[in-house]
Amino acid sequence: MNTLAWRRLWAVIVKESLQIMRDPSSILIGLILPVFLTLLSGYSTNLDIEGISIGLALEDHSPDAQDLAAAFRATKYFKVTQGNDRREFTGDMVSGRLSGLVVIPQTFSRDLARMDGEVPFQVIADGSVPNTATFLQNYAMGVWQTWLAQRGDERRAGQTGLVRLVPRTWYNQELVSLNSLLPGGMAINLTLIGALLTALVVAREWERGTMEAMLATPLGRFEMLLGKLVPYFLLGMAAMFLCLGITLAVFGVPFRGSLAALVTVSSVFMLSALGLGLLISSLANNQFVASQTAIQAAFLPAYFLSGYVFEPSSMPYPIELLSRCIAARYYVSCLKTLFLAGDVWEVLLPNMAAMAVICAATLALTLGNTRRTLA
Amino acid sequence: MTPPLVVATGLSMRFARQDPPALDGITADIPAGRVTGLVGPDGAGKTTFIRLLAGLLHPTQGGLTVLGLDPVTRADAIHARIGYMPQKFGLYEDLSVAENLRLYAEVRGLPPDEEAETFRRLLDFTGLEQFTGRLAGRLSGGMKQKLGLACAMIRKPELLLLDEPSVGVDPISRRELWRMVKALAAQGIGVLWSTSYLDEAEACDHVLLFARGRMLFTGEPSELTGRVRGRVFQVRGIGGGRRAVLRRGLELRGVIDGVIQGRNVRFVLADGSSGLDLQALDAGPRATLDPVAPRFEDAFLDILGGGPGGVSVLARNMAPKQPGPEAVVEARGLTKRFGGFTAASGITFAIRQGEIFGLLGPNGAGKSTTFKMMCGLLRPSEGQALVDGLSLAACPGAARARIGYMSQKFSLYGTLSARQNLEFFSGIYGLTGARRRQAMQSMVDIFALGPHLGESADTLPLGFKQRLALACAVMHEPAVLFLDEPTSGVDPITRREFWTHINGMVERGVTIMITTHFMDEAEYCDRIALVYRGRTIAIGSPDELKDEARGPGAPDPSLEEAFIALVERSGPERDARTAA
Repeated sequence: MNTLAWRRLWAVIVKESLQIMRDPSSILIGLILPVFLTLLSGYSTNLDIEGISIGLALEDHSPDAQDLAAAFRATKYFKVTQGNDRREFTGDMVSGRLSGLVVIPQTFSRDLARMDGEVPFQVIADGSVPNTATFLQNYAMGVWQTWLAQRGDERRAGQTGLVRLVPRTWYNQELVSLNSLLPGGMAINLTLIGALLTALVVAREWERGTMEAMLATPLGRFEMLLGKLVPYFLLGMAAMFLCLGITLAVFGVPFRGSLAALVTVSSVFMLSALGLGLLISSLANNQFVASQTAIQAAFLPAYFLSGYVFEPSSMPYPIELLSRCIAARYYVSCLKTLFLAGDVWEVLLPNMAAMAVICAATLALTLGNTRRTLA
Repeated sequence: MTPPLVVATGLSMRFARQDPPALDGITADIPAGRVTGLVGPDGAGKTTFIRLLAGLLHPTQGGLTVLGLDPVTRADAIHARIGYMPQKFGLYEDLSVAENLRLYAEVRGLPPDEEAETFRRLLDFTGLEQFTGRLAGRLSGGMKQKLGLACAMIRKPELLLLDEPSVGVDPISRRELWRMVKALAAQGIGVLWSTSYLDEAEACDHVLLFARGRMLFTGEPSELTGRVRGRVFQVRGIGGGRRAVLRRGLELRGVIDGVIQGRNVRFVLADGSSGLDLQALDAGPRATLDPVAPRFEDAFLDILGGGPGGVSVLARNMAPKQPGPEAVVEARGLTKRFGGFTAASGITFAIRQGEIFGLLGPNGAGKSTTFKMMCGLLRPSEGQALVDGLSLAACPGAARARIGYMSQKFSLYGTLSARQNLEFFSGIYGLTGARRRQAMQSMVDIFALGPHLGESADTLPLGFKQRLALACAVMHEPAVLFLDEPTSGVDPITRREFWTHINGMVERGVTIMITTHFMDEAEYCDRIALVYRGRTIAIGSPDELKDEARGPGAPDPSLEEAFIALVERSGPERDARTAA
């Protein structure tokens, strides 16, 4: 590039920056959408459930039974309505006001004393909401195990045997699902934001007729695209920091990596997300089609194929292969590593290399598809 | 003589194999230091031609050099030496005037030390000095156009390509732009000005006349108008209806074109025609036949073989309207405010039955706002709009059933076929059963829509689109027809046909309200309301308005001159308010 070309590049950067500052939709996508999406994903995709409404039918009034009932009432996972007979709760179960029912039968004290490993009470869960039903059963068993342990009844709590299995989870010790979901969700959100930001910019120039005027000037397509990329990259990184801030401050997700590593990884990813938007934009020629395409083409594959919720390793081979073309997949992996483990470069570097390849391919395609003529 | 800037030989452009060529064997030169008009109706291939010159399209066939270079291989070199203003002016609406200028200066590589001087000169030239901080999107149409021009000539180009710079621009801004362009040509710049307004051709030094991808004429405009010299007449002193005189005249052998001009009727005779028989026109005892100077449009119609006849089958099939109240359409103190901005203020007029009433005014003057209130599309802040004595606000349904509406964008459903559009509009106007079938069949016959019935409205040729829109608006035989720039971009022959129908319907007692930018169309009106800055500054017949504008500087003003004079008289300096 000669000196004049630098001047043209700078002119485009200044122009795009001014447009960003004056265009409410850029601000909306770049600064409001990340906040909204992160809050939304933080509050909605929580796989841990608290305060499940259950009925507790205390048909045995022995001290043991009373004590177990107190343990159920004490846990934050359940919101307990207590009664003396299971029949009292059938109506609420049918209407769905209660998600489950714990019955401590009259035989409880007797069965407890027999100590034959049988659980001496009954858990009934509303199977029409399978996710909650599973939690309810697991939590109820948790309450039971804890109660037994506190009674010093080790035999029953650990299941009798020579080998004791004690599960130990690494990286996310409390198994708080938010801790692994939110970093993944950040990748999905930034895919959408990055693609939406740039999907409109080339299409807008076609629609408003400014592209035609620019094509008839000495401005080259490389200068045009790079000039657009620079300010949107900065805006995209600002969006990334917003997502990060909310994830840490509002949802208390731990971050064990370094900021420098995060910025490096995110830069590569953001370029590929913006590149995807530019590619869509250069193909679409009108803002409506471009924004629709960006949502479909960026968000959906990122959601299903990135490993955010669904592990690519458990997908059929062709689909798994397809997921390797999605930059978000590598970014999800990097973010989970950075949040939960730290700067593990053995993980980050290969993922960054894959993102860089995708990014280069996208930008090359965009450059090839940016026409110098109108037909 | 300097060599021409552009040389085209046998230039053809075809977008798709099955379509007719957009340009077909064009051989033409564009000289330096002159304004060359690229003239023709929509679909003539003007924009395609300009884009070929700018290297934005590659020709299918033929030779083309621009500034001695081949635009296919040397587009970059050409871009550095030309200025190009596309149809939407190429401005960034969210950048200010100064920011647009700076962007174009930097992209075009204007040396930084020349910037200040160049900006000062261009802002002075365009009269935009006071508005450097205003966003381009907030400028009026005329100011946008001047800024677009300034951006296109930021580095003094050798060739300036302007694609329809005068579309949507009022006569006053148009005149200012012409002054600028003439000044540029005087500096040696070659200017190509494309336009569908045929009257602009006469102001050019040199003309390329296009129609349907072919070049019909190239040369000085006077050369073409010279061909019809001695064949153009005005019938003056008409007693009785001038519309009837026009109808009778157009049916005479040897008359190829006729239009209404205020109280007179203008006819063009065929080459070798013996003359016009005043008796046959039945124009009254005091009518005279006076030869007048030919116009470019007369010659254009002559080349195309003349306009349509004078009888409207549409009107003939229509039942005559029963005489109604004194005023069929009435505006009583119509006022519309948008926030703090008053778009229309105290507009009052009454339209008699069988009258053509025109609303004219510069862009943003409030005529669209007034028009929309009259057809019940916009609720007035104050005042009343009445149709047949019914208030559009109080009984919108009953009032609207008496109205036919046709707008600039032809108000058709683009993705529906022509037949489905007819069905839909007959349905919403309450036609059913045999009456509906009959009305639709009659529209298809009158407007020759038969071969196009299955095509979607968007893909129809513009002329047919316009016919279909008119058919949809009049199928239910409305008492009142509202026409919002109904002939924008349509070729002169289709416009003649359109006016034949309108005139015929008016003779049947239909009342018309119309807005237009074409001054020759305004001549068809019985009365005109001139709207400016939200107020009516003059109401009267075209001739009364001309009389009002007559002065020492303008002994015989045209309607356009009258329009400009009246607007300028009403306010000392034109306010550069945003176009509404």
